[in-house]
Amino acid sequence: MPAPAQRRIVFRHIDEPGYTSDLACYVRHGGYEMLKKAVGMPPPAIVDEVKRSGLRGRGGAGFPCGVKWTLLDRKSGKPIYLIVNADESEPGTFKDRSIIHQDPHQLIEAMMISSWANNVKQAYIYIRGEFPQGARILERAIAEARAANFCGPNILGTNYGCEVYVHRGAGAYICGEETGLIESLEGKRPYPRIKPPYFPAVLGLYQCPTIVNNVETLCHVKHILEIGGDAFALIGAPNNTGTRILCVSGHVRKPGSYEFEVGKITLGELLNDVCGGPLPGRKFKAVIPGGSSAKVLKFGETFTLKNKDGSTRTLTVEDIPMDFDTMAACGTMGGSGGVIVMDDSVNMVEALANINAFYAHESCGQCTPCREGSLWMKKITARMVHGTARAGDGALLKSVADQIAGRTICAFGEACAWPAQSFVQKFGDEFKAYPETKKAAKPAGALELV
Amino acid sequence: MIAPPKPDLITVNVDGREIAVPKGTNVIEAARLVGVDVPHYCYHPKLSVSGNCRMCLIEIGMPAVDPVSRTPFPVAASGMPRINWMPRPQIGCATNVAPGMHIRTNSPLIKDCREGVMEFLLINHPLDCPICDQAGECKLQEQSTGYGRGYSRFIEQKNVKPKRTPLGPRVTLDDERCILCSRCIRFCKEIVKDDVLGFTDRGSYSTLSCFPGRALANNYSLNTVDICPVGALTSTDFRFKMRVWFLKQTNSIDAESSVGANTVVWSREGVIYRITPRRNDEVNDTWLPDSARELYKAIHASDRLVAVKVNGTDSALEFAVGAATGLFRSSAGAIAVVGSGRSSVEEQFLTRKLADALEAPTHLVSRVGQGDEILISADRNPNVRGALVVGLIQALPKTRVAGDATPSSRLTNGDVGVAAPVRTGGLTELAAQIDAGRIKAVVSLGEDLAAAGLTATQLAKISIVYLGTHANATSAVAKVAVPTLTVFEKSGTFVNQQFRLQKFSRAVPGPVGATDDLVVLAKLVAAATGTKIADEIGPLWSVLATEVPALRTVTVANLPATGLLLDGTPWAVLPFAEGATLHYKPAAEPAAAGALKS
Ligand SMILES: Cc1cc2nc3c(=O)[nH]c(=O)nc-3n(C[C@H](O)[C@H](O)[C@H](O)COP(=O)(O)O)c2cc1C
Ligand code: SF4
Ligand code: SF4
Ligand code: FES
Repeated sequence: MPAPAQRRIVFRHIDEPGYTSDLACYVRHGGYEMLKKAVGMPPPAIVDEVKRSGLRGRGGAGFPCGVKWTLLDRKSGKPIYLIVNADESEPGTFKDRSIIHQDPHQLIEAMMISSWANNVKQAYIYIRGEFPQGARILERAIAEARAANFCGPNILGTNYGCEVYVHRGAGAYICGEETGLIESLEGKRPYPRIKPPYFPAVLGLYQCPTIVNNVETLCHVKHILEIGGDAFALIGAPNNTGTRILCVSGHVRKPGSYEFEVGKITLGELLNDVCGGPLPGRKFKAVIPGGSSAKVLKFGETFTLKNKDGSTRTLTVEDIPMDFDTMAACGTMGGSGGVIVMDDSVNMVEALANINAFYAHESCGQCTPCREGSLWMKKITARMVHGTARAGDGALLKSVADQIAGRTICAFGEACAWPAQSFVQKFGDEFKAYPETKKAAKPAGALELV
Repeated sequence: MIAPPKPDLITVNVDGREIAVPKGTNVIEAARLVGVDVPHYCYHPKLSVSGNCRMCLIEIGMPAVDPVSRTPFPVAASGMPRINWMPRPQIGCATNVAPGMHIRTNSPLIKDCREGVMEFLLINHPLDCPICDQAGECKLQEQSTGYGRGYSRFIEQKNVKPKRTPLGPRVTLDDERCILCSRCIRFCKEIVKDDVLGFTDRGSYSTLSCFPGRALANNYSLNTVDICPVGALTSTDFRFKMRVWFLKQTNSIDAESSVGANTVVWSREGVIYRITPRRNDEVNDTWLPDSARELYKAIHASDRLVAVKVNGTDSALEFAVGAATGLFRSSAGAIAVVGSGRSSVEEQFLTRKLADALEAPTHLVSRVGQGDEILISADRNPNVRGALVVGLIQALPKTRVAGDATPSSRLTNGDVGVAAPVRTGGLTELAAQIDAGRIKAVVSLGEDLAAAGLTATQLAKISIVYLGTHANATSAVAKVAVPTLTVFEKSGTFVNQQFRLQKFSRAVPGPVGATDDLVVLAKLVAAATGTKIADEIGPLWSVLATEVPALRTVTVANLPATGLLLDGTPWAVLPFAEGATLHYKPAAEPAAAGALKS
């Protein structure tokens, strides 16, 4: 059976020949019509559409967007802020960048609709420091939109106004975590806040109620308004509605970002049919399906899941539909949509060493388990690869990770623990055998730099 | 079952025990109330909650409720409510108790959490306890004994960080020992409002430092050393001087202003090594100015008086008392007594007794500086209210106008941040009496009359009996000079700005040649009246209790460590000099402002 075709909604014009990032092109393609529609609607009606759409966050946690908006403290009398999370720093994820670079007005229109819906007067785009070009494009697009009354004061002639600011990060992964982001936006170190009490919906930016949404999540809001929440809910799978962008990287023939209805394509179809399968002469070995924080899946393993009627079904890795719930049931997550593929040329110890190095470098250092554990894990895998590996190192790694997950201030704790836990759990033999693997790779008597 | 809780109390269950705790209590404090220790590092009762060390993880459960009726589901067998335990451990410091909450502090999961955090804190720790000043009072040491695994699984290289960074004039940082709890940062920001500390770098390489171009130089910097749970922040003064377990601890009071911050004096074999705060939630919380910690250095000052002098030549106490008595007789009717707001309540009482016997008018030297709105008040005398309570004075001494300020060096060392000068005065009336020839002899209780405004000519016109600790212009010209003791060498009480009676105790013996002020005063009173009077705190207090109305119900032996609030209403109308400090609000601002100007 051939793989289902892409359904490009957010990505409709991405990579389209002749499509440019300027306002004129956007308006030519029907841009800002939905904002016009929105300002004619009572704000709660828009929130309601988003709620009915079932849209779930595309930033990592998959939290229902409409629910997030209803949790906002609207009675405090404080201003409400909207923050677009454009930090896109989860390894393996490269979708928000395309939207920002090629279709910035889509984001701005979606932001303005969301701001209108939630009575937001100031909105921020927090963009990672490594996207200087993206920041420039956004600044230009905002200026254009402002000149055309699509943002700024008196939007579309109404007496509603909302300013948009671009804020560039300074190059830290933790600024993607929403409360770390808020601290950074306030000009402080991005130390994630403790929750409770600092839930952004109540005590967010400057201790005011704040919405933080991912770029892709917000873009969907525009399309929800276009087709209606109920119609949107029919796209994809129940409770996993709409489309989402999957970013495939690693050992496939055609890596790239693809937009599909959520849950309508399996991992096997994605990798084999859409991405052209493994490289010549290679075999798939492992895949991380939702950004480097997600637990790894091992080709060949199977999952027995419960059906609604109580019966069970067994899935191989290739069978897993790419939706939030099934991924979670298989012990991993849809996460940020970053699908990282590894084939049989990869040694899993070395792959984990790479991931560990990233997390040790990016831990903000605020809380003990993550701060110390992430570096310890890095030191262990670095030693295994570059020094003396011990057969017991795998077990030690898992034990360290177990001491982190579930005990930290923010979800970075899980993000750095899950790779180690799952790599060791699923590829334990490779960790045990690594001392021998290394010896074999470097035969006795080989010349050494001394 | 316990009695039904009062309205502001809620019932929670800690490790199976039901207790009633005040609303708004966090789990660490709630558990403390039943004697359950929830180990913690970053939590400090007087600072905001940062929740970063993760040592205080506990399990939390709430009674399951029927979603329809909102009533608890009882478990069939026991009738007790079924508890829904949260899947993840929570931090006790940031979790406030809720009615019916169940808390587990000793489950296998929590044991594992603590072992994990301890292991993490130790892997990059230098483990240099043998040369660390904190050893013996280190939370990391204590909790690794109590909650650690006892063996190491870490075979990697430890991180290396700077070992001796001066953060300011009094604090030295050993970064390798820092567990990044952020207490010191929060203290500077929240209590002193001098936000100079922060972390640089990230992850396990995070390093505490001062902002570029700034220094941790405020007059509260040493509090960071107190609250640092490990040996990262050390007192540059105390560093490497003494093992804390050799030191004797004596409760005392900061005598540099009327705040009366509670202190502990740490000494060994008659030598004081350091002074630290003693917690009193009504006075100083857990803080103490740096300047208060340096006061003991005056003990060994080169200008310390150690010899009794009569007419400038060495003498003995009995002769001195005799000489003073002779003077009292020859100057009868022309004697004045200058009491001190630095004397203890007991000393002030005997001073009054002496003045009564001599029928001498009494004066008090005022010391007014700038309050810092934390723990140093504008009134730099620790015990002016004591003088009011025992009746030594009826009104407040007048402060001299700002123009002729006499900066007093010892108590307000500019080096320790209290730069504003202190104006010493209150003797204008006495000066006029001397000029008029009505006063010929003055007894001064440690006060330098010259510093307080008397001119050399005025001093030359009178005969002086001086009791004091340090040499000054007055002791130099005194007819009779008797060396007495500092606050560290004797016991007594002060009444602070809140009218709180607080006790200080003798930490070290005085120098040879100096006599307890009470003993000298009692001898003078006895000589003047012909009847003996008690010269020790205990017996003296039975006299105080009968003769001083405000102290009628007080027994000094039972004085709580945190002091006892006296009824200050008889003096409420007086224009006290103090503005607001940490736990003090002046009765009425205009009165205080008036006092400063007059
Ligand atoms: C360590 C960490 C890093 C994160 N990085 C990002 C990121 O780069 N971009 C993003 O959109 N969300 C990121 N998130 C998720 C955000 O915290 C937040 O859940 C998200 O922005 C919410 O938006 P959504 O509901 O639209 O997904 C991160 C979370 C964690 C714990
Ligand atoms: S879990 Fe890691 S990243 Fe998150 S607050 Fe703690 S140290 Fe920082
Ligand atoms: S120096 Fe001490 S108080 Fe400051 S963060 Fe480090 S351990 Fe905490
Ligand atoms: S005491 Fe540090 S996290 Fe609670």
